[in-house]
Amino acid sequence: MIKNDRPVPIEVHDLTVAYRKKPVLWNIDFSLPEGHLIGLVGPNGAGKSTLIQAIMGLLPVLSGYVKVYGHPLEKNRQLIGYVPQRESVDWDFPVDALDVVTMGRYGHMNAFGKLSKQDREIALSALDKVGMADFAKRQISQLSGGQQQRVFIARALAQEASVYLMDEPFAGVDANTEKAIVALLKELKDRGKTCLVVHHDLHTVREYFDWVMLLNMRLVKFGPTAEIYNEENLRATYGGKLVLLAEAAEKLITKS
Amino acid sequence: MTPDLWIILTGILAASACGLIGCFLVLRQNAMLGDAISHAVLPGLVIAFLVTSSRNVLPMVIGAGVMGIATAYLSELLSRTGRLYKDAALGIVFTLLFAIGVILVSIFTGQIDLDQECVLYGEIAYTPWDTFTLNGQSIGPRAVWILGGAFLINLIFIGLFYKQLKISSFDPRMAKAIGVSERVWHYALMTVVSLTVVAAFESVGAILVVAMLIIPGATAYLLTSRLIVMLALSVLVGIICAVGGFFAASYFDASIAGFMAVVGGIVFVLAAFGAKLARRFARA
Amino acid sequence: MAENLCCLPKPQRNLSRNHNRMDFWELTVRFFSLADANVRQVIAGSILLGGAAGALGCFAYLQRRSLLGDALAHAALPGVGLAFLIVGQKEFVPLLLGATATAWLGALSINAIDRYTKIKLDAALGIVLTVFFGLGIVILTHIQKSGSGSQAGLGSFIFGQAAAMSRQDVVALAVVTVCMLSVVTIGYRHFKLVSFDTGFAFAVGLPVGRLQFILTTMIVLAVTVGLQAVGVVLMAAMLITPAAAARQWTDRLPRMLMLASIFGMLAGLFGSYISFLKPSLPTGPWIVIVVSGIFAVSILFSPRRGVLIRILRHYQHRGKITRDHLVKSLYRVGMERENWYAYYPVSEIAHMWSFTPTELRSGLSQLTAQGFLEREVDMYRLTQNGVSAGARVTRLHRLWEVYLTRYLELPGDHVHRDAEDMEHIITPEMEEQLSQMLDHPVFDPHLQPIPYPTEQKGV
Repeated sequence: MIKNDRPVPIEVHDLTVAYRKKPVLWNIDFSLPEGHLIGLVGPNGAGKSTLIQAIMGLLPVLSGYVKVYGHPLEKNRQLIGYVPQRESVDWDFPVDALDVVTMGRYGHMNAFGKLSKQDREIALSALDKVGMADFAKRQISQLSGGQQQRVFIARALAQEASVYLMDEPFAGVDANTEKAIVALLKELKDRGKTCLVVHHDLHTVREYFDWVMLLNMRLVKFGPTAEIYNEENLRATYGGKLVLLAEAAEKLITKS
Repeated sequence: MTPDLWIILTGILAASACGLIGCFLVLRQNAMLGDAISHAVLPGLVIAFLVTSSRNVLPMVIGAGVMGIATAYLSELLSRTGRLYKDAALGIVFTLLFAIGVILVSIFTGQIDLDQECVLYGEIAYTPWDTFTLNGQSIGPRAVWILGGAFLINLIFIGLFYKQLKISSFDPRMAKAIGVSERVWHYALMTVVSLTVVAAFESVGAILVVAMLIIPGATAYLLTSRLIVMLALSVLVGIICAVGGFFAASYFDASIAGFMAVVGGIVFVLAAFGAKLARRFARA
Repeated sequence: MAENLCCLPKPQRNLSRNHNRMDFWELTVRFFSLADANVRQVIAGSILLGGAAGALGCFAYLQRRSLLGDALAHAALPGVGLAFLIVGQKEFVPLLLGATATAWLGALSINAIDRYTKIKLDAALGIVLTVFFGLGIVILTHIQKSGSGSQAGLGSFIFGQAAAMSRQDVVALAVVTVCMLSVVTIGYRHFKLVSFDTGFAFAVGLPVGRLQFILTTMIVLAVTVGLQAVGVVLMAAMLITPAAAARQWTDRLPRMLMLASIFGMLAGLFGSYISFLKPSLPTGPWIVIVVSGIFAVSILFSPRRGVLIRILRHYQHRGKITRDHLVKSLYRVGMERENWYAYYPVSEIAHMWSFTPTELRSGLSQLTAQGFLEREVDMYRLTQNGVSAGARVTRLHRLWEVYLTRYLELPGDHVHRDAEDMEHIITPEMEEQLSQMLDHPVFDPHLQPIPYPTEQKGV
């Protein structure tokens, strides 16, 4: 392994995660290369969303660890921008788009901190970046699916992080929104940020991402898209569950 | 200050204190937790009363506070380990605690001053005469002091931790991701709710505390899409319930607390229709 | 002073008199022999109530509407008061009709709020519960103040007095229970689908609205009839706790329904019994305590999900892990020294792996009892079975390593820890599968030989 002086944005070592006694991730091991756009691809139930959540510390892990720029998550939380799946929120909540984006600044303040003018400006500019500046005062339930997704991304941008984890940002959005998000991702890459994006559309992987991670409960392949994104590896990824592994792992989890 | 005015003030403070903190119960879809806590405090109050042989505020507050947190904690524990749905876990816990409370009351019937029904719907009409004395001088009804304090505490709590409450209510996942522990704030909120329940309980009784916890917040939720406005509106609705309830009760010669809930229901229905009409207009 | 006003508890009606004369056994016999007509009524009523509520509660539980019973029980109150106002005295049928009417209105309101406003189900339940109950209190206090003598006992609706259950109550309960049983049996498949996946039920064309209406009506009836026995709050428990307890024992709906009914009936029976022993105590809370006790037992001891059972299994597994490590270590040492049947003192065995003294002792004695070890004073050696066992554990470990490296393409240095866990888990069937899949490999990723049973035969 090539060792740099600078620690990698995200290092995952030997991560095993179970959800409700079902093994979902098994012995996952990788280091994200800085400054790349990485697509996370795999069949349904492969554990893509679980991986993102496990990295964010939202799910308990059975074994292994995650390091953010060489330190545990708690130390470097503010360096990660997180865009969760859209369903996880109550859209009737009385907040407007700007409110949601401003929440991205909360990680930078202590318990009693007040929002500064700078915070508000950062939030507004993030909204502008996703093309939603005109909707700042609109209540979120009045936004379309694509607009809601953009607000979520703006929130992550407002966090001013170094590495971004996005869970299916393209799910259920219109073509315009998709284009806007892709443009945004490319801009982030140009600025040296690292993005790990869960993606479901195999046809656009080559176009959008320069690195790709193939996942199906275990890490099948991880590397530059040009090198590893081919039919053979895709077949290995999508070729059905590892029944024996799943069965054995389930037994292990039940006993421990 | 006539007794009537004291009563109205007591009602206003009770409704406002409950309404304010109740907004977050509604937003977090924990409305029935308010119901649960106000039932579950019964054994705590009884035990406090038995231990100290008095109706001092402090032991009751402690007893109730402990019960409130215990309810929240036990129901969450139950739903996790027993893999139960959350609403069922809650129901099991609070009905058991309430049953224990009723049994304690009936066993120690001679020693306890708590009439079962009084516990349920209070007697706000008598609060003006139950006053605090300082240096031999009456400084106003006990209930007003206690409820005023509760209102203040709720206001300060919400003001101080507005951001944390907002994000942990809106998007618990994100909150956890940025380091705002959803659990900590859940229990903090439950503690404040328990204290509010105890404070209001004496005046309006357990069931109507729940009414004031839920209805003002729910009504405000219908009427606005801004959290700050929702909080303010809930206080306003609480005031309407208190004042309206008082006058209706005087006119019909019936329970004040009961009418507060009824007025709340009327206001809620009006708000629901109003919101629907407003939406129709906006579209037209 | 305010203290005086909230102080007089209502007198409870006794299930039996002259208790001072009788002792515990006499009372018990008297209760269960069903000699007393009053006792018979109470038992019948409580059992019917428990059974019906338990079963209905299953559907409510599955639809995550467990607290519906609580809300409806509170909503029934104004109906009782109104009926009393209209009729002028406490008569069974009007009160029941009144309670049913307002409880039913409550159910409609909850649905309306949930469907037509942005208010979610929990707040809808709370609003209906409190507003209706407030109205009920208003009516009741109005009645109290108007001083009609025959209103005594209206308050029993709040806390319940099973002892006050009349023959009519029991008959009504029986009718409700029979109705409910028939309805549930006839429409079973439909109710099941609606409870499990409402969206799909719609898609398939089931009259979801009507089915839910029927279920809700059944719950309303159960609630209103049972209200007098256990009171408002505790009625909620009868709809929740037996179903939740039943859920701990089974994953299948028919069994869950049956168990919930049985639990409810047991709670009704023994709750009344306890109340009978101590007549000053109200029945309702005791029924709830009994059913909560049943729930506690279920959550701790059920073979599927019981907490204590899980802990027990955990320790059993730990024991197996220790035993596996013992035979494996002895096998390895035997392999190195080319002598499987040497004796080793306990102190030396302790150093072959990290055992705690307790684990070591119990592991050794269990292995000896099972015939894998032979003991001589304080020295142990493997038996022939022990050697096979040790070989087996080693084989499973190495097979798993091959599987991981070959199928998952994990690097060699990662697989050892995994195999350490797996060697205790792999069953003979899995072992067979692994062997075949991997084509009976001879060496593991670290180039250690994999011992197969045939190799041991000669030893």
